[in-house]
Amino acid sequence: MSKLDKYLRLNLMPHFACPGCTHGIAWAAMVRAIDKLGLDQNKTVMVCAIGCAGRLPIYLNFPSIRTPHGRALAFATGIKLANPELKIVVFMGDGDALAIGGNHFIHTARRNLDLTAIVAINEIYGMTGGQYAPTTGKGRFASTAPFGMIEPQLDTCKLAIGAGATFVARGDVYHVMELNSLIPKAITHKGFSVVEIITSCPTHFGRRNKFKKPLDGFLRLKDITISKGQAKRLSKEEMENKFVRGILHLEERPEYVEEYDRITGFKEEGVMP
Amino acid sequence: MSEAILMQGNRAIAEAAIVAGVKFCAGYPITPASEVMEILSRKLPSIGGRYIQMEDELGSIGAVIGASAAGKKAMTITSGPGFSLMQESIGYAAMIEMPIVIYNAQRAGPSTGGATKPQQGDIMQTKWGSHGDSPRIAVCPGTVQEAYNLTIRAFNMAETYMGPVVILSDQLLAHKRESVVLPDPNSIEIINRRTDAPPQEVYLPYRVDETGIPVIPPLGGGYRYNMSGMLHGENGIPDLSPKTIDACIRRINRKLNKYYDDIVMVENIRNDEAKIAILAYGSATRPARGAAKMATKKGINVEFIRLITIWPFPEKEVREVAERVEKIIVVEMNLGQIAGVVRQVIEGRAKVVQFNKVSGQAITVVELFNKIKEISE
Repeated sequence: MSKLDKYLRLNLMPHFACPGCTHGIAWAAMVRAIDKLGLDQNKTVMVCAIGCAGRLPIYLNFPSIRTPHGRALAFATGIKLANPELKIVVFMGDGDALAIGGNHFIHTARRNLDLTAIVAINEIYGMTGGQYAPTTGKGRFASTAPFGMIEPQLDTCKLAIGAGATFVARGDVYHVMELNSLIPKAITHKGFSVVEIITSCPTHFGRRNKFKKPLDGFLRLKDITISKGQAKRLSKEEMENKFVRGILHLEERPEYVEEYDRITGFKEEGVMP
Repeated sequence: MSEAILMQGNRAIAEAAIVAGVKFCAGYPITPASEVMEILSRKLPSIGGRYIQMEDELGSIGAVIGASAAGKKAMTITSGPGFSLMQESIGYAAMIEMPIVIYNAQRAGPSTGGATKPQQGDIMQTKWGSHGDSPRIAVCPGTVQEAYNLTIRAFNMAETYMGPVVILSDQLLAHKRESVVLPDPNSIEIINRRTDAPPQEVYLPYRVDETGIPVIPPLGGGYRYNMSGMLHGENGIPDLSPKTIDACIRRINRKLNKYYDDIVMVENIRNDEAKIAILAYGSATRPARGAAKMATKKGINVEFIRLITIWPFPEKEVREVAERVEKIIVVEMNLGQIAGVVRQVIEGRAKVVQFNKVSGQAITVVELFNKIKEISE
């Protein structure tokens, strides 16, 4: 028995993910972060929504709520404002975070609510059968991009920084030790923290994009990601199609609930549930 | 009992919500409902509550369900276009059985319609606006006083039956000022959701006792369980086995059938001489009541019935009236949304005559009286 077993709903195993899916590495990093920080399992709330990434919290033994597609951050906003003592981790894919829920992502970042959003990116909509996603690269193939992806890719981290998130980091499931250090920092950050985690989907992305073996898609992450230090030494051309890893943005700005309570003169009445 | 004070319909909703125990409100500004948000944004912080203006109505209702899941009484406020956007999460609240109150000040529709003009076009959307079969309670206040009283009742019903409750007013009632007698706060019954969950070791969120209503402790309140909009078994975990699907859908819908008599309210001015009945709800109530009185005074006996609860539909009460009369005039500020339901439930017991006004104006007593006269001949 692993020391992390207590965080899992073992009775629900085996989980739903496809063989070769690497979302699990992202999930494990998140669970290790919670364990490392010694968070109260009863007061750490998992919020998720729809899609492969969105199904995760069901397998984790925390209070958890799985919302309509895209609304995870809106629900988390209500939970946080109702009980600011709770630690809230919102686990999403790019559909939830950037497409159907993009508006909530922008405004949650702008408000700087003390939430952690983990955005697992596998460059495809896996659950529904391999349709293209906001993070599918130009020229990539998807079940709804049979001639190749026409749109440019949306950069989660740039969007988060632009919208006002105060902690923005990127990791990937190949460089798992880095993830192990990034996620605890994100969770302890006071304010809205975003960690984009690049994963690989052999079933739908890999199969259509010449990474047939699960390992090919996984090893590709080594080539397409680059540390901040290495990135400084590369030219603009060399940086094309590379994703920079590490903490990309960090700033101190008043957290929303604290500001709300200060400015409105919020008075607690009775005890929080 | 205090003195009567002059109050706007929207203010009555906000003041009553506070008395009912609202501690969270999220909304997106929309005419003719925004005053409720303005009042709550000012008052909530001093009573341990918080308000947030979300980026859209999808977010507003999401935040409200989240706050309720964290244990707070929560409401959102909107009008037609926003109500359309909220449908996905109204169905969700019904599915995970989370108490929320939605105030919808109806405006003229369809689409953007007319923000400052009244209609009652959201009646069917309230019941059927989200996909699938899910239960809905909705009330239609007819006066500012009733808006106050029914708002408290809406919160009580949400907490009792664990699900969404919709208060349907319209632009007339929302912006109308009338005198209201505020009841003594100590005399008002305030209901809070059950907290008597069994211990965590044996707790399952959707294992219900003989009441048929789940006990769901707040997120972060010491229990670890899952809530999901996906079809689920007693443990809240998605399960698409035929038996679980069937049980889940039937159980959430059965709740309101079981408590029909406690939920459904009508006002009926019985007239045993009448061959004609007039049925109305919301802002159509006053002219309908006035026309019934006027006609009876002038020798055409008319029975009056108004629906205070619109969903679940007061089918027993309406059927009973239909047994006694030959014709029922259904008065609505839409093209006949409730008239269809009346036909369905009375199964030919009486003839349904529609009176539909969609010009964005109030119905008058005289035009209804003329309708009564016309069909009595």
